[in-house]
Amino acid sequence: MIETHDLSKQFHDFMAVDGVDLSVQAGEILALLGQNGAGKTTTVRMLTALLRPSRGWARVAGHDVVKNGHDVRASVGVLTEQHGLYMRMTAIEYLDFFGEVYGLGAPARKKRSDNLLEYFGLAEAAKRRIGEYSKGMRQKLALARAMMHDPGVLLLDEPTSAMDPESARLVRDEIARLKSSRRTIVICSHNLTEVESLADKIAIIYRGRILIQGTLDDLKRRVLGAPEYAVNFAEPRDLNGLELPQGMQMLEKTASSLKVRVEAPEESNPKLLEILSSKSVPVVTFQEEARTLEQVYLKVMAEARGGGHVH
Amino acid sequence: MFTKLAPVWLVAKRELRDQFRDWRVLLPMAILTLCFPFLMNEFAKQTVDFLNQYNANLILDRLVPFSIMIIGFFPITVSLVVALESFVGEKERGTIEPLLSAPFDDWQLYFGKLLVGAATPLIASYLSIGLYLIMVSRQNLNLPSPSVMLQLMLLTTAHAVLMVSAAIVISVQSTSVKAANLLASFIVIPVAILMQGEAVMLFWGNEQVLWLGVAGVMIISLLLIRVGIAHFQREYLLGREIDTLNVKWMWRAFASNFIGGAVSLKDWYGRVLGAALRRIVPAVFVVVLIAGVSLWMSYDWVIQNLSETVALASPEDIQKLEERVRELPDLSNLRDHLSASSLFLNNTRAVTVIFLAGMVSFSVLGILFYMINIGLIGGVFALFQLLGIQPLPIFLAGVAPHGVFEIPALMIGSAVVLYIGAALVTPQAGRSMGEVILELLADWAKIFLGLILPLLAVAAVVEAYITPGLLLRVIGN
Repeated sequence: MIETHDLSKQFHDFMAVDGVDLSVQAGEILALLGQNGAGKTTTVRMLTALLRPSRGWARVAGHDVVKNGHDVRASVGVLTEQHGLYMRMTAIEYLDFFGEVYGLGAPARKKRSDNLLEYFGLAEAAKRRIGEYSKGMRQKLALARAMMHDPGVLLLDEPTSAMDPESARLVRDEIARLKSSRRTIVICSHNLTEVESLADKIAIIYRGRILIQGTLDDLKRRVLGAPEYAVNFAEPRDLNGLELPQGMQMLEKTASSLKVRVEAPEESNPKLLEILSSKSVPVVTFQEEARTLEQVYLKVMAEARGGGHVH
Repeated sequence: MFTKLAPVWLVAKRELRDQFRDWRVLLPMAILTLCFPFLMNEFAKQTVDFLNQYNANLILDRLVPFSIMIIGFFPITVSLVVALESFVGEKERGTIEPLLSAPFDDWQLYFGKLLVGAATPLIASYLSIGLYLIMVSRQNLNLPSPSVMLQLMLLTTAHAVLMVSAAIVISVQSTSVKAANLLASFIVIPVAILMQGEAVMLFWGNEQVLWLGVAGVMIISLLLIRVGIAHFQREYLLGREIDTLNVKWMWRAFASNFIGGAVSLKDWYGRVLGAALRRIVPAVFVVVLIAGVSLWMSYDWVIQNLSETVALASPEDIQKLEERVRELPDLSNLRDHLSASSLFLNNTRAVTVIFLAGMVSFSVLGILFYMINIGLIGGVFALFQLLGIQPLPIFLAGVAPHGVFEIPALMIGSAVVLYIGAALVTPQAGRSMGEVILELLADWAKIFLGLILPLLAVAAVVEAYITPGLLLRVIGN
């Protein structure tokens, strides 16, 4: 697991990360979102004991990043922004080297690298020099390196960038599998759709500070307000005098549709359906208006840039 | 122990594999290894033919060792290229972060790079020397003695370690290969000067002198390795993306260290300067010890080496010496030739030279200058004794009055340099090399301005206005 408190990093006059509090449990995925230069990479580098915090503390896999840097590095698998591949090596040699670095014996290294190369579809190219690989192949190999020693904590920077849709799906599936096997995972990504599908928690970072963090539903509610529902009728009806249940607010009303904001959908939605049914309104569809992480992100960033208050 | 060293070999092994797959490294090394022995052999043959016409046997004797030194040096120039890009090259290619994220200790990464940077060029260098020795042995040239051969092999090894360790320090501190290559001049030029000095020792010195040279180069190499390890910080390799010379920050860091939050001059002298002086106390003890050793060594050397010469001097020689002394400015008019300001500037220059020499050599050259300065006193003392002159009264009158200010100033100035050298080779957790250097420079400036300059000023006034009178009285007696 990962825990940080007031984690900060200052480079001379520049505060790269300022007072970050995070908590990611085993079996959870946290997505760190933010612009380039917001402090995501610096945060990850502190979590891998590469940078020493200027203030605050962080514990990764039970080890303090300052006092037990060596143990932290041994417990973490990192996929860096740049792939960090040695172009004159073959994929087998590369994985074998990192396997040995992480203390795996020769048979274990062979078995593990064979499995990973097979899984990521690199087995056929395993004896070719990495310099000859395509961008996507390099990304997959870098991910295989991060997973080579089967670490308890994975820090992944843009895990599916430059990958074709099929490979990206493969990687997402693997991340989901790792999550189910109780790994702690932090993903830095600009791919918000991917984050939506994978992350349990999301933190948005801006100029070194966490602006907001929580589950996706939590963020949507806090940033975009209560969920909105659209109700469409089969034929127009006169709905004058329609009384909405408590906690429901009318946003739009036409003869053949309604749009409402609901504080507690579990309680209010069945009541609304009852009311409509009692008035013999032929309801065709009753669905939540789609609200994406992108909307949340853009609104949070706009408020931050405008100096507005983030919820 | 082996488990601790295994990662070093792991880092080196990967790099070696990379090197042996890169023709841009292999080709120059092969050319330098195989071609230069032939060229040098041809050069030696031509030189021998030429020098034989003039019976210049001494130069001929030294020609082969000199050639070996040069031949050994060429292949190790490749080590500079390999080592310069060891860390910064990986940073540029983006391969450094996975490596730094791995469970290596800093020293294991450092030594892995050092090993690979020095090993391949050194093997090439030894091969080249071996090839040349085979050629020499087939001609009418004398092979160097085993002792000289050992010196040459040690020098070649020390050159490689010196260049590689310096290049790695540069590689860690640079943010691009281009910047590292530009900074390589700071290695190439001193090493070129060093080799010229070694060549001089080889041609005109004796074996003992060359051993001192070997020891000096090896000490500086080891100190450079120590500096490299002390200031190797993963953070530094990742913390900066571009080379920016933040003069404002540098000035602020220096000034805040120099002022130390003092609210008045009294506070500065009492608290800030006091703290700086307390930091150098162990170095002062060492410097005092070095002074004792220097005095004894120079005194002993003069007694051992000049006794016979002085005893063999004929009355005519003594007369000539007396005549020359008479030609010197009259001691009673010495005041006309000495001014307090020129004495002050001269002594300030000596302390500054010690500082500058110390800064470029982790205090080694600075302390050497200091030893020479102090050693002169012992040498002159011994010479007076040999000439039958009572040295003690002359020293009490001619050195002691201003010496009580000047010698402590010299000692403190040297102690600061020793302290700086020791601090540079000591790990400073959480602080960059720049921060450490600025803090050390501030300490030097505090002590130099706050204590050494006032002491030298008082010493200059005493030396110009009091010492000549006292000396005249003693000599007159």
